[in-house]
Amino acid sequence: MRFAVLVFPGANCDHDAYHALRHVLGAEAFYVWHREESLAGYDAVIIPGGFSYGDYLRSGAIARFAPVMEAVRKMAADGAPVLGICNGFQILVEAGLLPGALISNADLRFVSRMVRLKPEHTDSIFTASLDTERSYAMPVAHRGGNFFASPEQLAELADHGQIAFRYVDDRGRQTATANPNGSLENIAGVFNRQRNVLGLMPHPERAVEALVGSADGLALLKSMAGIA
Amino acid sequence: MPAAAKLTEPEVTTDLALEHGLSASEYASIVETLGHTPTYTELGIYAVMWSEHCSYKSSIKVLKTLPRSGQHLLVEAGEENAGLIDIGGGLAVAFKIESHNHPSAIEPYQGAATGVGGIMRDIFTMGARPIACLNSLRFGELDDPHNRFLLDQVVRGIGDYGNCLGVPTVGGEVVISAAYQGNPLVNAMAVGIVRHDQVASAIAKGTGNPVYMVGSKTGRDGIHGATFASEALSDESAARKSNVQVGDPFTEKLLLEASLELAKRPFLVGMQDMGAAGLTCSASEMAAKGAAGIRLQLDAVPLRETGMTPYEIMLSESQERMLVVIQKGFEAELEAIFAHWDLACVAVGKVTDTGRLEVFLGAALVADVPCQDLVLGGGAPQLDLPSVRPAYLDDLPRIDMTDIPEPTDFNRTLRKLLGRPNITHKGFVFEQYDSTVRTNTVQGPGGDAAVIRIKGTGLALALSTDGNGRYVYLNPFVGGSIAVAEAARNVVCAGGRPLGITNCLNFGNPNDPEIFYQFKEAVAGIKAACEALGTPVTGGNVSFYNENPAGAVHPTPVIGMVGLVEDLKHITTPALKEEGDFVIAIGSINGELGGSEYLAMQQPDLAGQPPMLDLETERHVQAVCREGITSGLVTAAHDISDGGLAVCLAEMMLAGADGLGAEIHVSRRLRNDEILFGESQSTIIVTIIEENLLDLQRIAMQEQVPCTTIGRVTAGNRLKINDIIDLSRKVMGKAYFLSLAKIMGA
Repeated sequence: MRFAVLVFPGANCDHDAYHALRHVLGAEAFYVWHREESLAGYDAVIIPGGFSYGDYLRSGAIARFAPVMEAVRKMAADGAPVLGICNGFQILVEAGLLPGALISNADLRFVSRMVRLKPEHTDSIFTASLDTERSYAMPVAHRGGNFFASPEQLAELADHGQIAFRYVDDRGRQTATANPNGSLENIAGVFNRQRNVLGLMPHPERAVEALVGSADGLALLKSMAGIA
Repeated sequence: MPAAAKLTEPEVTTDLALEHGLSASEYASIVETLGHTPTYTELGIYAVMWSEHCSYKSSIKVLKTLPRSGQHLLVEAGEENAGLIDIGGGLAVAFKIESHNHPSAIEPYQGAATGVGGIMRDIFTMGARPIACLNSLRFGELDDPHNRFLLDQVVRGIGDYGNCLGVPTVGGEVVISAAYQGNPLVNAMAVGIVRHDQVASAIAKGTGNPVYMVGSKTGRDGIHGATFASEALSDESAARKSNVQVGDPFTEKLLLEASLELAKRPFLVGMQDMGAAGLTCSASEMAAKGAAGIRLQLDAVPLRETGMTPYEIMLSESQERMLVVIQKGFEAELEAIFAHWDLACVAVGKVTDTGRLEVFLGAALVADVPCQDLVLGGGAPQLDLPSVRPAYLDDLPRIDMTDIPEPTDFNRTLRKLLGRPNITHKGFVFEQYDSTVRTNTVQGPGGDAAVIRIKGTGLALALSTDGNGRYVYLNPFVGGSIAVAEAARNVVCAGGRPLGITNCLNFGNPNDPEIFYQFKEAVAGIKAACEALGTPVTGGNVSFYNENPAGAVHPTPVIGMVGLVEDLKHITTPALKEEGDFVIAIGSINGELGGSEYLAMQQPDLAGQPPMLDLETERHVQAVCREGITSGLVTAAHDISDGGLAVCLAEMMLAGADGLGAEIHVSRRLRNDEILFGESQSTIIVTIIEENLLDLQRIAMQEQVPCTTIGRVTAGNRLKINDIIDLSRKVMGKAYFLSLAKIMGA
């Protein structure tokens, strides 16, 4: 599987995604500059974190107009896996490829710490090999990761199994202290209706080696790469 | 493009020169060198280049006494934008610390942000990829809402800049003391990695080579930032807000990537960032270094405002700009790199063989100055300032222990200490910094030293910043030495071998002989410790005039230490590991309370002497700890510092897994508060498994260092010391982890 790691001006987790895929997973990964108009030859897309265009207007609001996003749309429509992490999640939401909105953290501060997330179900390419009975440790690092949706949207997300991950504590409970940013119902990540597009605020690509804190993100990336 | 304004410039007189911060004799020497009254632009150029901030005129003679060479040093202090140390495998580490105190006092958010931006540029102009940032921060007491505001804004500024740039902020200090009221200290350290063959130099040479300005456009922000940094803060300083630069981390991120790409190209001759004194400083320093001259055509400079005069263009400190010299004929290649990153890249001049900085607007020559005359090491003044031993040093009251009643409840005292702003966990601060980006952070903020692995090498760096203004105030020499010793000890505790230091020397007005005495003595103390521990000084920064209307801040040299972890297996944390492990004190517990946090909690006035430091003992203690770690004996290590033994043990326990505790017995003929809270130097607490005790003792015996078993790691979540401390993890954790957020009202 060939991964495209998109690079927007201001992206800063592109190296992390590339390193995780290529050097830890041994997958084929390539940087793709935001001005590219085609993603032909790639099987999967990762939109990494960072501050695309400085996030000066609103996180992800400018990036969604980048030429490469039209190609991402096409790939998403064709059912290819598209993963947006952190700023990538924000971009996918702004682009209308994922539901809901990401607003400023409840305490209006940047938050950088290890969190735990629990997958809601395993019926997706990203979560196929995950265990819904356990939680996974990954770092968050963002200022605008507070997931918001209307009550109707939330009900719809739940009905269609689009809630991918929730923040939990070390005993697996959805508590307020486990929630780093005030996200509604502790939502950490959501799917599109077809579940081939996933956005999440925590960083699985930063959690691929125990040496630097956690290797729990490997399961998700391996699942996505089709590596058993 | 906006045209520069028709010049209606003030007449240059001695008075105007004085207003620019030059002395009458300095002005006279300028007139003599030029052979005429300087133009207004020339006056501006001289004033910034000869300001304290750029010329180091008051400090340079003292700084030159520091040890500046060593076997691993690739670049000596002052030669380039940052120090450079070989770490093997064709790699080098570039690092430097710098202050942004004055801007942060006036406009804390932008002041701190641009401090981070400036130090990052110093690293990546050398071709090094920044891999870590640390910050050493000092504020007045937090019961004053303005100090809470400063802390809050400085932390946001550092976070927003570093987080956007994608460089992890992995450590540093936050110190609170009334001594920093009105004049906070904001020191930022950046660390980068570069391949030997891609090191870029800050040089201009090769007559006819083009000179480019790249990055942001030039505006009026920050004009006279350098001169502003060279005077004491006063009630009028708030009016200096326009002297504070405004940062744009997004542009810096683009500039970072473009510069690193450029550094790989053989056609690059040299580059330097435009920090203090902007275009003036970068052009004259690069030319002076290459024994060349530079001719600038200001009409070409991309401006963000209309009507800017040559004086303003030359002195602007707009952020995120660099000056680049390339070999003639490669203009298209250079421009393509910056076009890719949507950055301005404009030829503004040429390298000449005249040795002069010639500045043209249209056909008019608005400034013509010999570059060598402007720069440090050339014509910039070097002063021999008088120093006088301050009277207070001889009038310091001795500590009379009979005046200090021993606590009746030591548990309560320890709890209070753990909640003190200087000791409490700084999660409130550190969690606002992205510490994990680039996935190299093995030990983030909160350990003795941060540990950053270097991908593809099996190596890691251990990084620490340290400085204790109270100690330096009480004894400038000893305090200076302790700053180095403690930084090295922290690196050793984390598993590293100390390689070298960068220093940021924060002092008051150097023209006050008593302040200058503090400065000289502290530098002498740093020198002694650097020589004893084999850690040369690779560079740094001096920040004088740290005063408020009530007086000078505590003299505060901050040491940034870089160490090499030669094997990832050596990485060690303070966290207790296993029930049954022995707890060992390497070194003596002497119970010295002078300058301690415990004493500061009891009585506001400083008294006594800081803890004694014997550099030979320090060296041996560090050697024992290091060998204990590299031979695989030591399972946890933490040095005794602020708060003493009790705080050290509490921190080791709180860093460890839930369920563990410790039971400690220390017998000394000292008062209990001295044993528990004394801040003895050269003492490291380690844990080992029982079977390794003899091996560690053998190492200690070789180094002739005391090595005493003081207790064991226990199950049960309680810290017990000498039947006078018995506290649960829960109670200590509440004081330790929650206090700062509570104080900050978050």
